[in-house]
Amino acid sequence: MSSFILRRLALSVALLFLISIISFFIVTLTPGSPYPWGELNPKISAEVKANFRKKFHLDRPLPEQYAYIMRDLFTGNLRSIKDERPVLSRIMERLPATLALNFTSILISLSFGTLLGVTAARYAGGWQEVSGSFVAFLFIALPGFWISYMIAIILVKGFGVPILGTQSYGIDFPNGIAALLDRIWHLLIPAVVLALGGVAAQSRYLRATMIGTLREDYIRTARAKGLTEEIVLYKHALRNSIRPIITGIGMLLPAMIGGSVIIESIFAYPGMGRLFYESVLERDYPTIVALNFVTAALILIGNLVSDLLYAAVDPRVRLE
Amino acid sequence: MSTAIHSLVMDGTETPSSRLMRRFWVSPMAGISVAVIILFALLAGGTALLSAFDHQWPCDPNFTNLEQKLSPPSAQHWLGTDNLGRDVLSRILHGASISMTVGLIAVAVSLGIGVVIGSIAGYFGGATDQVLMRSVDALLCFPTFFLILTAVALLGPSLINIVVVIGLVSWTGTARLVRGEFLTLRETEYVKGARVIGQNSWYIITRHILPNAAAPILVTAVLGVPDAILSEAGLSFLGFGVQPPQATWGNIIADGKTYLLDAWWLILFPGLAILIASLSFYLAGDALREAAESKN
Repeated sequence: MSSFILRRLALSVALLFLISIISFFIVTLTPGSPYPWGELNPKISAEVKANFRKKFHLDRPLPEQYAYIMRDLFTGNLRSIKDERPVLSRIMERLPATLALNFTSILISLSFGTLLGVTAARYAGGWQEVSGSFVAFLFIALPGFWISYMIAIILVKGFGVPILGTQSYGIDFPNGIAALLDRIWHLLIPAVVLALGGVAAQSRYLRATMIGTLREDYIRTARAKGLTEEIVLYKHALRNSIRPIITGIGMLLPAMIGGSVIIESIFAYPGMGRLFYESVLERDYPTIVALNFVTAALILIGNLVSDLLYAAVDPRVRLE
Repeated sequence: MSTAIHSLVMDGTETPSSRLMRRFWVSPMAGISVAVIILFALLAGGTALLSAFDHQWPCDPNFTNLEQKLSPPSAQHWLGTDNLGRDVLSRILHGASISMTVGLIAVAVSLGIGVVIGSIAGYFGGATDQVLMRSVDALLCFPTFFLILTAVALLGPSLINIVVVIGLVSWTGTARLVRGEFLTLRETEYVKGARVIGQNSWYIITRHILPNAAAPILVTAVLGVPDAILSEAGLSFLGFGVQPPQATWGNIIADGKTYLLDAWWLILFPGLAILIASLSFYLAGDALREAAESKN
């Protein structure tokens, strides 16, 4: 077990470096420059340009630039080209919001996805299953940015409810609970939009596994004992179909962090996705590389946790 | 896997592909979704032809009429007009050709790469397999949309860049699937037999193994089309898609978001087009998957 974790960690570290190399060369080898001035701007003296390049090591060959970025990333000295603030603190500011958003959205995906998947498996072959599949594919096919705007039109125009940012501004909340509820409300809408695809994926995987599980002998025994269908489904069958739920956690993470680029921009939600979008627009190389590094690390941790959970819930799985 | 040969012999007249089609059309979703996809394709082709000859409303999607800007859906403009008085219906129909092109070509690119890499990894195994699959793992750690956005933003948005980038980042699923199929198929009797009589690897891969893995590959291809359509719509929406004045479903919404609370038709209708097109492909792909997995 511990040797498995050690080997996985070693592999993850190797993967992280591979990822950092790929992301560094994707951003640097493509046309365009990160300079805050126009390349031919006559008002900027050559000396200022040279100093700027030197400061961010942009005058060095690419492999050396990469080495500098990695060294600075690990010593915490990596600074954004845009505002010269440490990249790590820029990311740390956004991390809590991103984690809150993704955690809520995974929670929604797993709970509603499970419900939808179990229902589809229960009525396999019936109209409930057909409509369940239809709803699942509808959720996958819904463009997140479009449904966000439709929700915005309905909520803001129809009900005058504020939805942008993490809290409503210009309102004095009578107490802490009201302010907390306001924050939860602002978290909930992007989380629901982000979770739609996850709900669908979860329900599809679970449906397939559950249909297999429901054919097992012990399910027939449980029914023959006179247990209610709910207990048979949620207590007996779901336990043995739990693997897709755990895989789901590992698989949902990358999709959601990627998806949150658009959703966070629309809802003005201060998460890592929006920071990434801003850095791409500004060609802030250090921030892009660091962000890719941190998200990849989060995803690898997610995968490791889901593998460990596998072994924890299923004694047949041995981690070697 | 001997079932493939077995049923081929037993059915006599029915080839595997005609059997797949027979099972496919059983699904009620198959007919509807294929009809919608054909309708979209015809409309896309038809409007492209019309606008080549006629530069007046309603054939030209860029025909502006400032007197009627931002007018709601009416008898003249069924889906309303945008801020330059351009007909939204006409623009949506033109957007269809972009979406269809992006969907199909991106899938062709990703399918090509995925099948080649997956075949090599699955057939040769060992160190080759390890290196290729670990690279796939590394790519899977990037959120796909991050990668697409970075590459397109930096390369510059054009139809060809978008198609290639979407194709280049979305082959990992296909590669894994093909590798999995190869791992099973390369142990079958007929592949062993082919090896024994001295056929070379290229021949065995292309003539013996790939045809038997065709059904699942076809399914991922069909399911990949809407993924690409949605990615392109997302890119267009962020301003990194095919550039204006060319109408795409994403950039009609992006232009319309300025008038979010005044001109809901600029958001609603192009979004519905994206939704209906991608939903049709997903449902068709799912029906195809059911057909490929069914046993009767």
